[in-house]
Amino acid sequence: MQVLIANHGAYLSGIATTLWLCLYSGVLTLVVGTVIAGFRVSPLTPLRAFGTAWVTVFRNCPLVVVLFFMAFALPVLGLNASYFVFGTVGLALYTSAFVCEAIRSGINSVPAGQAEAARSIGLGFTQTLGLVILPQAVRSIIPPLGSVLIAMIKNSAIAGAFGVGGDLYMTGTRLSSAQGEAVVPVLIGVALGYLIITIPAGLLLGYVERKVAIAR
Amino acid sequence: MTEASTDSPMIRVSAVDKYFGSSHVLRNVNLEIPHGQVVVVLGPSGSGKSTLCRVINRLETVDSGSILVDGKPLPEEGRALAELRADVGMVFQQFNLFAHKSVLDNVTLGPTKVRGLSRNQARQEGMRLLERVGIADQADKYPAQLSGGQQQRAAIARALAMRPKVMLFDEPTSALDPEMVSEVLEVMAGLAAEGMTMLVVSHEMGFARRAAHRVLFMADGEIVEDTTPEGFFEAPESERARDFLSRILTH
Repeated sequence: MQVLIANHGAYLSGIATTLWLCLYSGVLTLVVGTVIAGFRVSPLTPLRAFGTAWVTVFRNCPLVVVLFFMAFALPVLGLNASYFVFGTVGLALYTSAFVCEAIRSGINSVPAGQAEAARSIGLGFTQTLGLVILPQAVRSIIPPLGSVLIAMIKNSAIAGAFGVGGDLYMTGTRLSSAQGEAVVPVLIGVALGYLIITIPAGLLLGYVERKVAIAR
Repeated sequence: MTEASTDSPMIRVSAVDKYFGSSHVLRNVNLEIPHGQVVVVLGPSGSGKSTLCRVINRLETVDSGSILVDGKPLPEEGRALAELRADVGMVFQQFNLFAHKSVLDNVTLGPTKVRGLSRNQARQEGMRLLERVGIADQADKYPAQLSGGQQQRAAIARALAMRPKVMLFDEPTSALDPEMVSEVLEVMAGLAAEGMTMLVVSHEMGFARRAAHRVLFMADGEIVEDTTPEGFFEAPESERARDFLSRILTH
């Protein structure tokens, strides 16, 4: 366990990098996932087709492939950015497919009469979704969304391995392979680091879920 | 709204057919409702009367035929359709109040987001309407805290807040406990007396006799009788109407 104490600085900065990566990715994936979910329930066929295609591609491609594409194919196409940006965006796009489906299941949980009433007073599609459906869907979205976001936090290790560097997972790899520390204690430290992020995240989601409860 | 509005009927349904899969739910339906007329639609369940109500603001689409509201054909999806719906009030069997909003916010949502009223103006108007339907003291409660009759009156206020040209009622009292039916019918009779154009799908014979100008009897997707309330209840012409009346009036 000596390795944890001796390298606590490295671990802390690894946690910080992972946290930032996940915060940026998390916000981006929630926005993209919500928009795609809107597309998938839209009355316009082209939008629905786009949404379905998006989910099909990102849900069925391994994250590694998505990240490979971001890190190696986009620069060939002339798009250059840091690995941190590529990692953040790749992780967000991949996760957005799962966010979309979690949100869509929530939308489907709201009784159809709510949308009919909204349309009958003259609200358009976006207003109906934003003012009436999504606020009521949030409560049933939170639990599956929590699983998706926690999976995303763990998946950030893959983005780290792709060259974001300095994140929690790569800190562990560096300590064990480059500095020759014993692997098991190092990995225990890495696991603790992820728990420090994911357990509060789960608690926060539980808190939000209670806050948005709607009496029926 | 338009200068031609007194010449054309409020609602004109011409040769409308509608299928749900293989079942033919509206068969060549023709109907004209003049301004200010109160029409009650009766008929056994599955006769297409709710569907007739719902096609008029395009909550259901028709397979053929045309529908005009105040002289204007029903638009396809999009902004124009939303604008038309704002002018056509609808009251549902299950109330469908927005569960996450207070009663007053239910009433002000349309006026602020669709009509562009200021929040204050909408709230004043909303309170006036809640007073009119007798539930001003419930304004800050959520729908789930209200009785069915109060919820339905709130739903009527929500529809009226849009200042509609015509009101559609789709079995407004069918989901209510018996003791709450009359408070809702009273509000509707008040509206009728003020000259609102109304299409009411209902089983309330008393309301039909008291408030309606005209009764439609539907069976198997067709309008079988189109007559006055007295004519319908005292001298129904068709076998199906007599059969229907004998079944509901014997209890």
